[in-house]
Amino acid sequence: MEILALFSNLTNITPQMVLMWAIGGLLIYLAIARKMEPSLLLPMGFGAILVNLPLSGAITQGDVEGALSVLFQAGMSNELFPLLLFIGIGAMIDFGPLLEKPWLLLFGAAAQFGIFLTLVLAGFFFDLKDAASIAVIGAADGPTAIFVANTLGSKYLGAIMVAAYSYMALVPIVQPPVIRLVTTKKERRIRMPYQKGNVSRLTRILFPILVTVAAGLVAPASASLVGFLMFGNLLRECGVLNALSETAQSTLTNLITIVLGLTVASQMTAEQFVRPDTLLILALGLVAFIGDTIGGVLFAKLINLFLPEGKKINPMIGAAGISAFPMSGRVVNQMGLKEDNQNFLLMYSISVNVSGQIASVIAGGLILTLMGV
Amino acid sequence: MLHPDALAQTLPMLTKGMAGVFLVIGVIVLATAILNKLTNR
Repeated sequence: MEILALFSNLTNITPQMVLMWAIGGLLIYLAIARKMEPSLLLPMGFGAILVNLPLSGAITQGDVEGALSVLFQAGMSNELFPLLLFIGIGAMIDFGPLLEKPWLLLFGAAAQFGIFLTLVLAGFFFDLKDAASIAVIGAADGPTAIFVANTLGSKYLGAIMVAAYSYMALVPIVQPPVIRLVTTKKERRIRMPYQKGNVSRLTRILFPILVTVAAGLVAPASASLVGFLMFGNLLRECGVLNALSETAQSTLTNLITIVLGLTVASQMTAEQFVRPDTLLILALGLVAFIGDTIGGVLFAKLINLFLPEGKKINPMIGAAGISAFPMSGRVVNQMGLKEDNQNFLLMYSISVNVSGQIASVIAGGLILTLMGV
Repeated sequence: MLHPDALAQTLPMLTKGMAGVFLVIGVIVLATAILNKLTNR
């Protein structure tokens, strides 16, 4: 009988917990077998199993603090982890091709349409703070989604993260049919020859400062988001801090990624995740990505109305304005080559993809400003 | 529970949000173009 008492915790298992184990297992499978965003989906999947063991010591139970709950308080509830991750991401980005043709930034702006469209739709089903947090799935940017959801105190952080990272990995499946739906074959075959321009080192150094000031003045809530991203880029471009730049790109990014995924999983308890709202959030996340794609493509088509034949833009590059870097840029390039095997859109699509990184962070900051934060 | 009255709040946010993104990006585009012109002489 005493031996049986050792297994008494088994009686605390609920069907919802078992479902979460399955979801955790699915995320791990997607990470390993399908190589879908493994750096986040694997720790999230494992963490989902960990926190859904009955009376799990990984999260706070009554007065007993759990490690993941402590980590959450230390770095997530104050938005510290996503901001530190942004330093690493900023250090990885080469804005050179974008700086050669700065007008490509406009497509990044247009491709944030899905965020605001989803805000309107989510507003029908959720209160405004949660609707805004769900809408930022469309930023296609994990740190921005975490930052906004945490700042607004959304109770759906776990579902938002799963949606954001899953759809980022599913961009090669989600975007192509949407792009084909809103473009004609003739438009998809438009060639855009690339001529390399020249960007001075001074421009590369001043650009991150300029972006930080511009975004911070208009949307003060975005100052930390944009600022940390641009600080990382300045570390890269200044040329005198190569060791720090490399540390930011590798060690810092890897360390934060490890704790980020596990800490997000602390919000994936069965009580918080297994509810009808989660399915609705997943659906709205898909709408956000589709809206982003359509927004970018339609903006390009609008610009084409004013351009002469021979100077038109391939509207597919607008779809690359979604911040899922570099996946979206590659998808658009591949679609271009499929239509015309001599049409290399990569330099344009990757530049627009990079611009989406900037625009999505600005959009996230504007959401917070509009919410009165 | 549905909140149809939320449209009155969210539609203006859509307009202001998109306008704000384009405004900030527009400023960055202009400033970058000027920077390129000044520094590539």
